[in-house]
Amino acid sequence: MSHANRRVLPGFSLSLGYTLFYLSVLVVLPILACFSKAASLTASQFWAAVWTERTRAAYALTFGTSFVAAAVNVALGLLIAWVLVRYRFPGRRVMDALIDLPLALPTAVGGLVYASLYVKKGWLGQYLVPLGIQAAYSRLAIVLVLVFIGLPFVVRTVQPVLEDLDAEAEEAAASLGATRWQSFYRVILPPLYPALLTGFALAFARSLGEYGSVVFVSGNMPYKTEIAPVLIVARLEEFAYGEATAIAVVLLVISLALLVVINALDRWSRRSEAHA
Amino acid sequence: MAVLLLAAASPTRAASVELLNVSYDPTRELWRDLNAGFAAQYQKEKGVAVTIKQSHGGSSAQARAVIEGLAADVVTLASYIDTAAIAQRGLITGDWVKRLPNDSLPYTSTIVFVVRKGNPKGIRDWPDLVRPGVEVITPNPKTSGNGYLSFFSAWGSVVLRGGSRQAAIDYVTKLYKQVPVLDSGARGATVTFVQREIGDVHLAWENEARLEVQEAKGELDIIYPPISIRAEPHVALVDANVDRKKTRAVAEAYLKYLYTEPAQQTIARHFYRPMNEAVLKSHAATFPALRMFSIKEIALDFPDAHKQFIAEGGVFDKIYKPR
Repeated sequence: MSHANRRVLPGFSLSLGYTLFYLSVLVVLPILACFSKAASLTASQFWAAVWTERTRAAYALTFGTSFVAAAVNVALGLLIAWVLVRYRFPGRRVMDALIDLPLALPTAVGGLVYASLYVKKGWLGQYLVPLGIQAAYSRLAIVLVLVFIGLPFVVRTVQPVLEDLDAEAEEAAASLGATRWQSFYRVILPPLYPALLTGFALAFARSLGEYGSVVFVSGNMPYKTEIAPVLIVARLEEFAYGEATAIAVVLLVISLALLVVINALDRWSRRSEAHA
Repeated sequence: MAVLLLAAASPTRAASVELLNVSYDPTRELWRDLNAGFAAQYQKEKGVAVTIKQSHGGSSAQARAVIEGLAADVVTLASYIDTAAIAQRGLITGDWVKRLPNDSLPYTSTIVFVVRKGNPKGIRDWPDLVRPGVEVITPNPKTSGNGYLSFFSAWGSVVLRGGSRQAAIDYVTKLYKQVPVLDSGARGATVTFVQREIGDVHLAWENEARLEVQEAKGELDIIYPPISIRAEPHVALVDANVDRKKTRAVAEAYLKYLYTEPAQQTIARHFYRPMNEAVLKSHAATFPALRMFSIKEIALDFPDAHKQFIAEGGVFDKIYKPR
């Protein structure tokens, strides 16, 4: 590790040092603090706090709705990115700017607005509720608002890749007799897999931690629409810090495991792409 | 966020002092008026200019902020539970409840009903809430003071009128089955009831109910049940902080001021029930009489009631057990 492979760019040790420092202060330290707080519990207290019928229902709901919302976002996000990249139409720039809005809007506001749209007397709810579609205070409501929150992540990861994609490949496919469907899923889609997967992972992770908007639309009914972060807040109200962080640790560990899996998938898809 | 900004409260200077009052959510306007009154009085009597900063938020989140180091000179939180949690960490010392008149309660409050115009479902008393077809709006007892006070009121309305424990369990079980949304806090529940027009009756703090009805311009009515909980928002000096900041004298004068006639008048004008009997009587039209029962009639104290009924494994948890 010396003269033999001198780096082209100077300042490697300095920039790496800063990176490590910031990562530690911003990410690792708080997570360690979280773990050490949870470690103040005995093993049996820990399990009693994190593994009950109610917490299991909340984990399932949190991960389930986040997964569904991220999946919906992959489809919707691809469609939107496609339209934004491939077509020129009036209002395109405005539409493009709108995509980032969910990131800027305080999520509580998003939640409040969604709920008021879909309740019985809301603009949309007055038509949906008579049809039996409860899009406020239900699981569907949670998915809807998570789709809203996660939308920019897929669009913004797919968009640059789509922009780089040459139209020539599609034209070649067409002239070689491929149907439109064939050129979509054999020519266009494969190079997008890594970006779609990354977008999925970002939207999914973002949804797991979402609290502000969900509490306003879910109704927070135990066993039905109560997400795990609500349980954390409930335990904090009892000044039970250890138990609250224990639930947070479980969420963290499961999320980390899922993100590792997604990353592995991502690497695998890139490699198979390279071989193709 | 405001909490962080205020945490940097500056130390005392000779002729001007700054205090930080850490309070709960709906008291913003109340304390703004009380602070102005106290500052004027203190300036006149001692020649010292006092600036009082206010911090507001969910009561127990505020308590946690003080525990974690927010330099409050006084805390004026919604419930004994929150103040006691601070005292438990040694920041408030001694028999603090007894340090000020009326158990450190310059005012009390209660939980009342808000109904739609003309009270179409004829709701007068607690048993009316569990009639078929009545939807009840109240926040989650696990995450809200308004929420657990509603629960305690409901519980007391059964056991203090001769009902058994089992009858009370049956009653609250039925009651919470008729709550379509468990908002996380008092304000969320108000939005659900008023803006979204969900539910037939809203169980709210008396002062919030008054404002809600006032703002609705005839669309809502207030109903006083014959019995409800006596909410006890104690005030307390945070000893550790006032000693460090050398603000004890001013902070003590501030809390004593709350018991004076002008302060009690201000309190009544904001729809909190003043402890001064004469002032309360002069506002009799605003504060109809009802039996406000003490938490000690249904449990040892507020923390005990919270543990029995609301906390993990308590009565409230059993209501929602599936099947």
